[in-house]
Amino acid sequence: MTGQTRGSVRPNQWLRNLNAKIASIPMILTAVVIFVGGTAWTVVYSFTNSKLLPRLAFVGLDQYERLWAAPRWLISIQNLAVYGFFSLVFSLVIGFVLAALMDQKIRFENTFRTIMLYPFALSFIVTGLVWQWLLNPQYGIQSIVRSLGWTSFAFDPLYNSDIVIYGILIAALWQGTGLVMCLMLAGLRGIDEDIWKAARVDGIPMWKTYMLIIIPMMRGVFITTLVIIASGIVKVYDLVVAQTSGGPGIASEVPAKYVYDYMFLAQNLGQGFAASTMMLVTVAIIIVPWAYLEFGGGRKRG
Amino acid sequence: MDDIASNGMVTAYDAASDRLKAGPRGAKPRRRLSRRNIIVYGTLIVVSLYYLLPLYVMIVTSLKGMPEIRVGNIFAPPLEITFEPWVKAWAEACTGLNCDGLSRGFWNSVRITVPSVIISIAVASVNGYALANWRFKGADLFFTILIVGAFIPYQVMIYPIVIVLREMGVYGTLTGLVIVHTIFGMPILTLLFRNYFAGLPEELFKAARVDGAGFWTIYFRIMLPMSLPIFVVAMILQVTGIWNDFLFGVVFTRPEYYPMTVQLNNIVNSVQGVKEYNVNMAATILTGLVPLTVYFVSGRLFVRGIAAGAVKG
Repeated sequence: MTGQTRGSVRPNQWLRNLNAKIASIPMILTAVVIFVGGTAWTVVYSFTNSKLLPRLAFVGLDQYERLWAAPRWLISIQNLAVYGFFSLVFSLVIGFVLAALMDQKIRFENTFRTIMLYPFALSFIVTGLVWQWLLNPQYGIQSIVRSLGWTSFAFDPLYNSDIVIYGILIAALWQGTGLVMCLMLAGLRGIDEDIWKAARVDGIPMWKTYMLIIIPMMRGVFITTLVIIASGIVKVYDLVVAQTSGGPGIASEVPAKYVYDYMFLAQNLGQGFAASTMMLVTVAIIIVPWAYLEFGGGRKRG
Repeated sequence: MDDIASNGMVTAYDAASDRLKAGPRGAKPRRRLSRRNIIVYGTLIVVSLYYLLPLYVMIVTSLKGMPEIRVGNIFAPPLEITFEPWVKAWAEACTGLNCDGLSRGFWNSVRITVPSVIISIAVASVNGYALANWRFKGADLFFTILIVGAFIPYQVMIYPIVIVLREMGVYGTLTGLVIVHTIFGMPILTLLFRNYFAGLPEELFKAARVDGAGFWTIYFRIMLPMSLPIFVVAMILQVTGIWNDFLFGVVFTRPEYYPMTVQLNNIVNSVQGVKEYNVNMAATILTGLVPLTVYFVSGRLFVRGIAAGAVKG
């Protein structure tokens, strides 16, 4: 935006660079109408009692009170918290360990990477359906283990409301850890060889080098990965729909599904808007501190 | 975010793999079967088996008859290979009243993916080009909104978009869905193209300007021919992303236009009738086949694409 000081002298500032402005119309419309306008619209209408159609009849915080009193929403939030916590921890740990193993100057690295990353090419629907089949208590893993002689073995997460969310977690980790591994591996490869050499000369054991030197140096990669995983977690929807449809009962409901069901199936738009606004708040809690750390505080992004 | 996740990562990655290609260097050769090697390779092989297991089970199940599935275990290879489940999944499986199989969803997905990929990439590449080379006042503001907007959960914006599409008269049609994919593909693609174009030598652009070339001439005659790799990356990203989409398909289209993922889910999770696990698995593989093919064919470019696309979250 340096050329603008000169432009202000000219009479027809709007016509300056006209083609670029015309070319940017889709971007401007998307940014202003959909992203800003759409979000504001939803937030505003979350304070109304819209049912089948959006109506501007304000009811204050009614929808939110109803939302936080609804058992299904509370279960959704609880599931999201459990799923989110374990998903973050396991993704980061598994992803990093795999990346560290891949970084040991191994042979067949491409083959291993291809194998670990292919699930990421598959949709959540496909992932959910495969794991629904693998975790089928009648034919899947449980029955295999039982047929091996351990007849009391029980592993039926998709039919047990206490642990159903872990069944979904297994599928999600299968699908997503390959990506985390790739990001971490790139981070590891970005670290100077000399640091390893120096650590070796000083006789620092490998695990200590990782814990005390390498990981702190990979702070940026970790934070980026964290944000990527976290914003994916909030959106989790397809996987649950495919794997359990929210069941058994409402045991594996998640916020994104709550929003969809209230907006398009239950014809209760106000509830849907309030729930989606809560999702927005959740994302803001994750994103704002990160954006501040990353781009605020005087550091200019490139 | 863009630096780390797209550029930084990719260059680090490529550099590292070049280093690997150049052959072994540095440390003295070890014994092949050192304890360390056994641990490293052992772990990697076990992990690989875990990743491959579902694919194996899918394929094996889809080749068995139902009687065999009922008595056998899911890991056993088929005693009698049958392709009937595949035929049934493709041409006969039922969703609701329609019993013409997944082929309908497949062609819908093709009709959705092809125009969405072309239009979203066309729009975003021009956007990125304008942002990189023809900055105007306010451009950076819109771009920042666009990038921040990529983190807003789709659920927040879905209903307003329904209203906009309804006003335009395209709600429920393929056109409407193509517009939606173009909108939500825009942040990441624009970022991708902006960074790429900004990395091209500025002298080229200036020379063309001196020679009197305008906005579009430079785009079509200079930028496009130089940017084939990034267009391929964008295509990989969009083809897999749009093919795998479920939410937009279910929200913005009518049942007769449902994409493959939605139809697959409806077939497998339908409550009526006897569950035919072999047909379900065949259908699941069929749906995953397109992105898997893209993945195996594109190889390293896919890694680049997702590294850039990962910010989409």
